[in-house]
Parts: sequence; structure tokens; C-alpha cells
Amino acid sequence: MNVFGMTVPAGFELATSIAIIIVKIAVIVAVTMLHVLYATYFERKVIGHMQVRLGPMRVGYHGILQPFADGIKLFFKEDVVPAEADKTVFKIAPIIPVFATLSAVAVIPFFDGFVIANINVGLLYLFAMSSLAAYGVIMAGWASNSKYSFLGGLRSSAQVISYEVPMGLSLVGVMLLSGSLNLTEIVKAQQQYWFGMYLIPQFLGYFVFMVSAFAETNRTPFDLPEAESELVAGYFVEYSGMRFAFYYAAEYIGMIVMSCVAVICFWGGWTLPPVLVDAVPALAAVPGIVWFLAKVYFHVFLYYWVRATVPRYRYDQLMSLGWKVLLPLALANIVVTSVVKFFAGS
Amino acid sequence: MNIPFPNLMPVAPEIIITVAASILLIFDLALRNKGPLAFLSLLAAGVTVYAIIQPASLGETFGGMFISDSYSVYFKLIFMVNLILTVLISLKYLQRQKAEYGEYYSLLLFATAGMMLMASAKDLIVLYLGLELMALSTYILAGIKRHDIKSNEAAMKYFLLGSFSSALLLYGISLLYGLTTTTDLYQIAAYLKQTGSSMPLLMSMTLIAVAFSFKIAAAPFHMWAPDVYEGAPTSVTAFMSVGPKAAGFAVIGRVFLMSAFQGMQADWTPILIGIAILTMAVGNIVALSQTNIKRMLAYSSIAHAGYALLGIIAGTEEGLHAMMTYLLIYAFMNIGAFAIVILLDKGDEIKDYEGLSKSRPLVAALMLVFMFSLTGIPPTAGFIGKFNIFMAAIKAGYTWLVVIAVIFSAISAYYYLRVVMNMYMKEMKQEAAIAPSPSLGLAILITVLMVFIIGIMPSVVIG
Amino acid sequence: MLPKIFFGYFAIAMVVLSLLIITRRNPVHSVLWMLVLFFHIAGLYLLLNAEFLAAVQVILYAGAILVLFLFVIMMLNLKEEISGERFEGAWPLGVSVSAIIFVLMLLTTGDFVHGPVGKYTIEVIKSETHAKALGKLLYTEYLFPFEIASLILLIAIVGAIVLAKRRS
Repeated sequence: MNVFGMTVPAGFELATSIAIIIVKIAVIVAVTMLHVLYATYFERKVIGHMQVRLGPMRVGYHGILQPFADGIKLFFKEDVVPAEADKTVFKIAPIIPVFATLSAVAVIPFFDGFVIANINVGLLYLFAMSSLAAYGVIMAGWASNSKYSFLGGLRSSAQVISYEVPMGLSLVGVMLLSGSLNLTEIVKAQQQYWFGMYLIPQFLGYFVFMVSAFAETNRTPFDLPEAESELVAGYFVEYSGMRFAFYYAAEYIGMIVMSCVAVICFWGGWTLPPVLVDAVPALAAVPGIVWFLAKVYFHVFLYYWVRATVPRYRYDQLMSLGWKVLLPLALANIVVTSVVKFFAGS
Repeated sequence: MNIPFPNLMPVAPEIIITVAASILLIFDLALRNKGPLAFLSLLAAGVTVYAIIQPASLGETFGGMFISDSYSVYFKLIFMVNLILTVLISLKYLQRQKAEYGEYYSLLLFATAGMMLMASAKDLIVLYLGLELMALSTYILAGIKRHDIKSNEAAMKYFLLGSFSSALLLYGISLLYGLTTTTDLYQIAAYLKQTGSSMPLLMSMTLIAVAFSFKIAAAPFHMWAPDVYEGAPTSVTAFMSVGPKAAGFAVIGRVFLMSAFQGMQADWTPILIGIAILTMAVGNIVALSQTNIKRMLAYSSIAHAGYALLGIIAGTEEGLHAMMTYLLIYAFMNIGAFAIVILLDKGDEIKDYEGLSKSRPLVAALMLVFMFSLTGIPPTAGFIGKFNIFMAAIKAGYTWLVVIAVIFSAISAYYYLRVVMNMYMKEMKQEAAIAPSPSLGLAILITVLMVFIIGIMPSVVIG
Repeated sequence: MLPKIFFGYFAIAMVVLSLLIITRRNPVHSVLWMLVLFFHIAGLYLLLNAEFLAAVQVILYAGAILVLFLFVIMMLNLKEEISGERFEGAWPLGVSVSAIIFVLMLLTTGDFVHGPVGKYTIEVIKSETHAKALGKLLYTEYLFPFEIASLILLIAIVGAIVLAKRRS
């Protein structure tokens, strides 16, 4: 075994590989959390500028240290547990979404060969983890013993479950085309086209996926669980301090994960369209992580853009959009994709 | 990869009936009056009967998971009789009950498709899935009067105990799979012939026997039957007192006598004898104290399951045939009796029948025929059925068991004839109102004719 | 050795969790324990290299079905059931029946001789990947049961609508 050119002495292979994995995990968690911090900052900046405001300006140059100030404030705030709450469930609930979304990062290939766990059912694993996030919401809603939280929790979990169906189906087209559930192989399979991404053959799937991803992460225009005007803050109304921050963090990690999935499944991951690389060979020298992050940032920006543009849906509109528009679209996409693949293959 | 397209001829009846059921679901959207749906389901049943009796439909398909042989064909015809008669008796009854949902007919068809799959299953997975298809449809049918609390209770009880029995069945199947690593019934039989009996095998056999006993409502797994039969709409009661029972017997015959446990007869016969005696005892004795006719018929149906089990216990070709004939006859006489219950505006309690012969002599006479047939009095079909099954058991050397069965059969005369006595010897309290309709009349005509035809010329169903 | 330790852990944990599920007084807690149980079932699947099944177990059972369970339980507000003695009267009978079955099972496990090893050993699944092997089987050898299963799901949908539709 070889690490950075040094040979590992015999008998230490297992220990070394475990150590490498731990280092990888530490790096990725640190980088992800940093992204979360600055995702909040950029959200406020982007929306501020879209609304002709400046956004945070006080802490550091153009408010660049604002996220740290927020983090420190939340960290030192009192952790209030309501007297009538189901204490154990109340305390466990915020950990679940953070745990689930962070675990999802484990299977995401950031560039060729760099992934913590390169598993065969990577895509399904992502679904599994994103579906677990609903537990944090429903448990918080129930355990807080408050009407606002409960309604928010019910709404949110109904929404997440409903939109998981079209989201899962929207990716079936990708699975059909690539013939794999492994995320690295999905990225590599997209290189067979000159444009190097499934965005074009799977535009319907991409559309359904993006809309569902907005709903899955409870973002505007589908942020009904926390609809401030009706439910105060929805399921986490009773939370404060660090536990509140956990929910916040989970939401942003969720956004980043969803953006990563969109990039991997529809935008060719860390690769560039072959036609572009052929035209400008110098592009091949740029590390893949640059393209990957650029594409992810674009999707995160999309979240902000939509938030600044589109008003919130009504709850019944949200449900009928999911079941009556997105689901049939996703199914149609599967049918068309499989028919085309069948005839193209034979 | 090249996959050979499976031969669809043997499954044609199942395909026809499921396609028809799906079409009914779509038509239901467009129709306000649900009458045409009943006729469509009759049409579908007719086409299916035609497909069943085609000689080309015999054979195996889907890699030997499905088999269509004379055994399954006979059972499928029983299911068709059950389906057609049920549709005929339901038509006006549902309107009266304000439960006229279009889904009713397609659920009947789906349930029948499930039964047909059970009768044709050559693989434990297909068997289990067919059973679930049938069971799920009947749970819903039992609760189809959804604003009626008794109907809800029936559906709920049926569902809970049904899933419980499914779990037992799956447990038995998983043990069997572990022992043989195959789910093909005939391969299991071949493998077990080499290895012989063992404790885990006995365990699996018992679990499977218990699960099927739930389905045929044999004691001590009959607890659900009276409540479910009472609560469900009467037409559904008629349907599920015949269909699922016959399907249950079809798989018992297939699994225990014809395939998997064929070589283990010495092991399972005592289990089934115990169940049969208990079933006849519980069914007949508890029926004595019933005041509601649907509950009484529920216990009577439990008792009849006990008689039919004798055919399996006999373990011979003749016993199997007798069991099949018995179930066909039971379909006619039992649905006939339920048809009369439906015909009467108020006919759920046994005391509603007091003096019926004065106000409605024809109805009383018809009920008399069905009660005689259920008791087993010649020249009705019920006598032929019992006679055949007892003869088969005696020939197989179970004379003592037949003696017990005859004693219980004599006890059963008390409660069947009590209805007759109520009709003919009690004073009329009030004029009994009836709700006749052409389809119901047709159903009663068919059943009463068949009861007599089989009773007088048994050769039409035997052989 | 390692697989045995894992199996032992999962098996024991599953039994303990099942006991926790049926002994909790608060039904919501029962469901949450069930969630943990489902993870252990998924773990057992992973031990068999059945990664597809493991993922589906978490997505469908933990992620969807159990959430619906929670919904129903929360909506029903089961406070009265919790305090009532209704479900506790049958304790002795239930325990004795379970005990008898348990003893019987113990007696049978000793004699258990499993049948011939099938085609799909862990090695074969590893080389072919689980999702692929499963997919091929489902659409060829097990096509017929697969179709019946889809009918069963259709019935379930129809049933839910028939039984729950509002009075028109």
C-alpha cells in the first residue's frame, strides 16, 4: 500500500486505510460546514442586492465575518426546552437532519476518485438519507407540544414525502441512460455525448428534480412548514440556541447536497463537455473540483434567485403541483426515456 | 440478453379477468348508474369461462410458476359460478343498501383473479401473492358499506386476522425455503422425498396448515368468520363464504396432497384430522344457539369446511374429487340460501322467518330446499356431496371419522330445520316484504335448479 | 469471524428493539424504536451484500411507511388507549402462546439442515452488483409474481379510495 509516495509497513494497512477515511471525512465535514456558513452570508447578500439593499455590512469588510458572529451568538444562547415537551425526543430531533444530510455527503464524488464511500447504490443512498430528514421535522413538531410546531411538522413531512416520489422518479431516467446507480459511473457515462451532460436528453427529469429539490429542502416557494405569517416558524418554533442552529445547518447542507446531485446527474459532475475540451485543450488541465464547485454554486445561487423572485405557494396548490403535475411528468419522462433507449439500443 | 416470451395461453383466463376488472374501474368513472358494470362483469365472466374450458389453455408457463391442469380448471369453474351468482344477487341489493360503488364489481373480479392464481400456483410465491390479491380485495369488499359501523368492524377484523394468517404462512414458507432452497412446489416434493421428515419441516407444515385453516375458516382459527359474515353486506358474505374457502381448499389440496407435502402424509394427516373434528364440532354446536341467520350460516360454513377436509384427509384421488364436487355443490346451495336472505326486505334474524310460508309460500319453499340441501337430505345436491365425501373417507379407512361427521351432521339438522320450522309451523307476525328483481330471480332459479339436478343426476358433476 | 460478530449484534439488537416497541406506553416512542429496528434490518441486508434491498428498506419503510404511521398515531391522539387496561388483559395468554412457540422454534432449530446452496452466493452478487442481479431476476424468472404484486398494489390504492372517500 502506498500513501503519498510512502510505503505503509506491513500489518498497518487496515489502520492506514481507516485513518485515511477519517481524514477525508474530517476535511469534507469542515469544508461543508464552512460552505454552510457562507451560504447563509451569500443568501443575505444576494437577496439584499436583488432587493436593492446592501445586506450585512457591519462585521468585517462588507460583512464578511457575519456568519461567524451569528454562529457564536447561537452557540452561546440558552438552550430552552419547553416544560411540557417530550424531552428526549425534543433533544434528539435536531440531530437527525444534520446527521442525515451530512451522511449524504459521504457518497458524493467531488472530482475523479475523490469520494469517501464509492458504493454501488449511491443514488439510492442519497434518497434514503434525504427521506430521513423528515423525521427531524416531524419529531420536533410533535415533541415541542405546541400547535404551531405540530402543524408545521405535519405540513412539512407531508410535503417531503409527496415530493420524494416525483424526485425519485425524475432520476430514474438518469439511471436508465447510465445503467448504474453509482454516482461516479453516472458522471462518466455522460461523457459519451458531445455536450457531456444529461441535461439535454433529460431536461424534463431535470425540471422535475429541481422543483422537487426545492420542496424537499423546504425552500421558497415551498417553505410552508415555516411560513412565518401563519405558523410563526413552523416545526422549530420552540427551538433556540444550538438546536435551532442545527435545523438551519441541515437546511443549508440539504441545499448543497441537492445541488451536488443535480450537478452529478444532469450537469456532468466534475467533467466538461467533450466538445469544449476538444476546442480548448487547456481546459483539461484545470482540476475537476473547480468545475464541480462552479456548477454547485450556480445551483445554490438558483435557490436564492428563486427565493427573491417567486411568492410562496398555498398548501393545496403545493400538493396538487406535486401529485398532479410533477408525478405525471416524471412518469412520462421514464416512459419516453425507456422507449428511446430500447429502440436506440436495438 | 434474449428472454423468451412466455406462453400466455395458460394464463389467458386470469388475464381476461384482470383486464376486465381494470376496464370496469375506468368505466366506473363515466357511469352514474352502476347497473351496466354488473352486466359487463357477467360478460367478462362468460368470456373467462370460455377461456377456461379451452383445451389449449392447459399447460405450464412462466418458467413453471403457473400450471393449468384439470384440477385448477375445476376450481376455476367453481370460482366463476361464485362470481356470476354473486354479481346476480348484488345488483339490486347494493342499491337498497346505498352502497352502489362501481369499484365493487371490479373488486369482485380482482378477488376472483386472486383465487384463480391460487388454484393454478405451482410456486409458493405465486401462491402467496394470489392469496394476498384475493384477501385484500375481500377485506375491502367486507367494508364497502363504509358508513355502517358493523361493516367497518367486519373489514377490520378480517384484515387483522387475515394479515396474521399471512404472516404465519410466510413464516412457514420461509422455513420450507430454507430446508429446500426452492419455491417450486413439485421440486420441493421431489427434494423432500429424498430427505424425509424432520422437526423444522413439521413446524413449517403446521404453520402452513394453520394459515390455510384461517382462510377456510376451520376451527380453532374460525374466530373471525361469524363477525365478518354478519357485518359484511350479505352479497359479499355469500361471495366470501364460497370463494376464499374453495381457493383455500384448492391450495390445501395442491400443497398437501399433490405436491410439496405429498410424501409426508403420515405427518400431516393427524394435524388435519384434529382440525377437521374440532371444526365440525365448533361449527355445528355453536350454530345451535345463533339467532341471526347470517351468523348461523357462518357457523354452518365453518362446519362445511370440516366435512370438506375429510376429502383431503382421505388422501386419495377419490377423496380429492369428492372435496371438489362438495365445494361446487356448496357454492350453489349456500349462495342460494343467501339469495333468499337478500330477497327478504328484513331477513337477518331467524325470527323474521316466522310464518313465512303463509305470506310468501314460494320463498319459504325455496328456503326449505336450500336448508334441506345444507343439511344433506336427499334428493338435494347436499346429500350427494356429503355422501361422496363420506364414501371416500370410508374407503380410505377412516370409518370412525365418518361416524363422527355423521353425528355432527345430524346435529346440524336441528338448526337448519329450525328455520324451516319457523317458516312452516310458527304463526305469522307480519306480512314479510320482499324485494324481487330479475337478476336475483335468475340467481335463485339457477341455484335451485342446480341443487335438484345434481341431487337427482349426480353424474353431471362427478367425473 | 467479523461477519458473525455483526450478525450477532444485529440479531440481538433486533430482538431487544422489538421488545422495546411492544412494551412502550407511548405509541410515538414505539414507532421511533421501530425506526431504529428498520435500520438494523437494513444492516442485516448489507451483511448479505444486498445493498439495493438495504437502501430500499430505508427509503420505503423508514422514510415513507413509518412516517405515515407516525402521522396516523399523532392524529389519533391515543391518550385514552395508553391509560386503558384494554390491551393488557390478554397478557398472560399472549405470553404463554409466545413462550410455547418459542420453545418449539428452539427445538426445531437444532435439526435445521438447509437445502442445497443456490446460484446467487455472496460472491456472485458481489461480482454482478446486487441491483443488476435483482433487476434481471425480477424481469425474467420472477416476471409473473412481479406482475401479480403490481395488481396487489393497485387493489390497495382502490381500497384506500373506496373506504376513505367522503360521502358524496
